Amino acid sequence: MNGENTTSAESIKLPKLERQPMEPRALKSIVLSAITVTSAVIACIPLFSVLIMLLYRGGKRISLEVFYSLPPTAFEMGGGFGNAILGTLFMVGVAGLLAVPFGVLAAIYLAELGPYSKIAQIARFCAKTMTGLPSILAGVFAYAAVVLTMGTYSAWAGGIALSLLMIPIVMLTAEEAIKMVPRPMREAAFGMGCTPTQSMCKVILPVAMPGIMTGVVLAVARAAGETAPLLFTALFSDYWLRTDEPTASLAVLIYNYSGMPFENQIELAWTASLVLVLMVFVLNIISRTLGRQKRI
Amino acid sequence: MLTQTTPKFTDTAISAGPLSDEVILDCHAESIFYGDFLAVRDSHVPIKKNQITGFIGPSGCGKSTVLKSINRMNDLIRGFRFNGKVHFHGMDVYDKKVDPVAVRRNIGMVFQQPNPFSMSIYENVAFGLRLNRFNGDMHEKVEQALRGAALWDEVKSKLKNNGLSLSGGQQQRLCIARAIATEPQVLLMDEPCSALDPIATRQIEELMVELKQKFTLAIVTHNMQQAQRVADQTAFFAVDISQGGRTGYLVEMGPTTKLFESPREKLTREYLQGEFS
Repeated sequence: MNGENTTSAESIKLPKLERQPMEPRALKSIVLSAITVTSAVIACIPLFSVLIMLLYRGGKRISLEVFYSLPPTAFEMGGGFGNAILGTLFMVGVAGLLAVPFGVLAAIYLAELGPYSKIAQIARFCAKTMTGLPSILAGVFAYAAVVLTMGTYSAWAGGIALSLLMIPIVMLTAEEAIKMVPRPMREAAFGMGCTPTQSMCKVILPVAMPGIMTGVVLAVARAAGETAPLLFTALFSDYWLRTDEPTASLAVLIYNYSGMPFENQIELAWTASLVLVLMVFVLNIISRTLGRQKRI
Repeated sequence: MLTQTTPKFTDTAISAGPLSDEVILDCHAESIFYGDFLAVRDSHVPIKKNQITGFIGPSGCGKSTVLKSINRMNDLIRGFRFNGKVHFHGMDVYDKKVDPVAVRRNIGMVFQQPNPFSMSIYENVAFGLRLNRFNGDMHEKVEQALRGAALWDEVKSKLKNNGLSLSGGQQQRLCIARAIATEPQVLLMDEPCSALDPIATRQIEELMVELKQKFTLAIVTHNMQQAQRVADQTAFFAVDISQGGRTGYLVEMGPTTKLFESPREKLTREYLQGEFS
């Protein structure tokens, strides 16, 4: 280029090859990256501090006795919460038996059979709203629907209340898992001459199973820890499981005992919290192992 | 099976004996709609027995639409409407009395992207057999299908491996094995080689010529040289933009050598000479 075009000194300045960490752009990048790493670490802190506290406080009383004894009375020493563990397992089991079949079948309809229909739109909206439902309302509903009908507080009512909290979670995660099955695989199934049921059972569900399992575990973890719905439906009991009567559960035991002025009871509450967290932890591991089997 | 010279597959086919002219599947597509969009009009495609019919044409000309209409795969698409008839086995496939599931079991399909199921290779091939409640020797049928797809030697020691662990060309051959295991009379292939490398493409093309001895094939290809190498009959589709939309239609159909050497229509000549694609 001749002289006239170089009067304005606007040539493209490409950077030097050496690292320039002190340069403002690089500096900003380094600082922001450091902030994201720190945030991730900080996000782990609450979880770890809760776990450490539970292990420290709850670990003191953890023993086999805790699993087979009944809760202690006012000034008693020792005791355990075997009935609460059984009660939680029973009620979450009932909730699961209700929520999983309903949720998965509903998800199949939402994802495959009628994704654009009016029913699907309404159902999806209801499920999304219900995931945010205050759990106490599930308890109130189960009180009106089950306790008043049966005439008694019971484990069944507790199970039903918990299932109301589980169904939306199972339904929505199962729908996503089914939709994630690649479209070519569905077309292959139809191309082979599968009826919708056959393609679902033989091809799509096996592939979606890990995702569905994750949803089920999330739902179970939520249900196992809920206290409010059980306050209106299962109450509490100091005795072993009787399904038609008020039933003990870990969540309510923790709630009750943490407020008592007795050292024994408070220690047991800590141990019960630890046991509850461990149960959820074990469930998580089981579902991950089950889910891992379907990898290529 | 890589050869140095380009084999003319149609020559080998011709030397194998005269081709019968029996029409096993007759597709009359008067109009095909996706919602309000007219995708294809006025296309009559007779598929002849034990021959390979190739569908060629520029993109968007409706060749895949017509192919998928034959085995009612397009039923899965919202807003799809087929006006016309597809005669197969003495019945119109779109008749209300006909079960589309049965149609798809009688007409096999191989797709553009290999799509094996997430199961073992054995189970992939046995899938159609189990679906049709086959009670005989499953091992024998699976081996037969895998041999027919030229895949047996490569996988016979790893039949339990997942189908998705194979390479692209092997996966496509697995899909072909899966489709031929139930011995359907007609096999539809929608651009089966477009996702494959040249060597795998060559293997599949050789396979197609072998398969036509037992089956009838209809393939869609955007590669006209492939049609020249492989197809006995060729149907040329084009896009009609005269009405404002883009509607596909059948321009010309005939024996491949005749279509390529002396096409009747001007449009065909222009396409074959590469003036548009």
